[in-house]
Amino acid sequence: MSGADSARPRFKRGDAVRVRAAEKPGHIRTPWYIQGKTGAVEKVHGAFRNPESLAYGGDGLPKPCLYLVRFAHADVWKPAGRASRDAILVDVYEHWLEPA
Amino acid sequence: MHDHEHADDHSPHAPLQDTHELSYYERRAQAIQALLIERGVVTADEVRRAVEDMDSRTPAMGARVIARAWVDPAFKARLLADGKAAVAELGIDTGPLITLVAVENTERVHHVVVCTLCSCYPRTVLGLPPDWYKSLSYRSRVVVDPRGVLKEFGLELDPDVEVRVLDSTADMRYLVIPERPDGTENFGEAQLAALVTRDSMIGVTKARVPEPV
Repeated sequence: MSGADSARPRFKRGDAVRVRAAEKPGHIRTPWYIQGKTGAVEKVHGAFRNPESLAYGGDGLPKPCLYLVRFAHADVWKPAGRASRDAILVDVYEHWLEPA
Repeated sequence: MHDHEHADDHSPHAPLQDTHELSYYERRAQAIQALLIERGVVTADEVRRAVEDMDSRTPAMGARVIARAWVDPAFKARLLADGKAAVAELGIDTGPLITLVAVENTERVHHVVVCTLCSCYPRTVLGLPPDWYKSLSYRSRVVVDPRGVLKEFGLELDPDVEVRVLDSTADMRYLVIPERPDGTENFGEAQLAALVTRDSMIGVTKARVPEPV
């Protein structure tokens, strides 16, 4: 893991988190379909350079923490009348997350 | 500029010609490459070596990793804990950037990998991704209707199995460890590796079932 010089992660495994619904211009790595959705931290990956800075020639520092966040498929898409345990897991940087 | 007289000439001695029109992005990439070489940032030989290295990587590398994980539980544990370090034990160098995350399919949980934003793929372990992996259709549909998409690939999962779609949006590259097929108890690593296909390591199918003998 390249997280040795990271700030302390704000969230831990199992924490409920909501993805910010931000109308952010430019290069982002947070897909629209999970924005505004609530999930749970599945794994703390460590700290990685911020792609929103790297994409424009920046150094990506300070490194934000990156999390694998688990969403219930049914919460994301609200399918009619189909209950399932299926899940979507997405890597999300810390500045996109808030406690839920 | 182009002479199209050769278009109908199918004689085996017709000169091979690259009639492909370069797209805007291909021309832009070529221009940037030419500038980088001209300014001495990279050499043409370094570019060639990088392409050669990429082309030498195939799903057979990943299959070797999976076969080892099937026969060696301690290796599997290391692979799940730190994919990059574990594949390095088998001589696979994933380069400076990749963080490899292995996930295990079982009879209760089935992982399938996508990159909805572009085409992130564990290239250093599996080689270049298949065209369908990069298609808008796969990328947009597998998150919405994973079971339907898997069915199109010929994989129908029991409703009790939990499907987990992994969207590799960032620095992680995901490698699926498919379930070891039944009837392979006495197989050696090389025999097992032959059952591990590219698609089974993306998670759109299972490992191949051995032919009955």
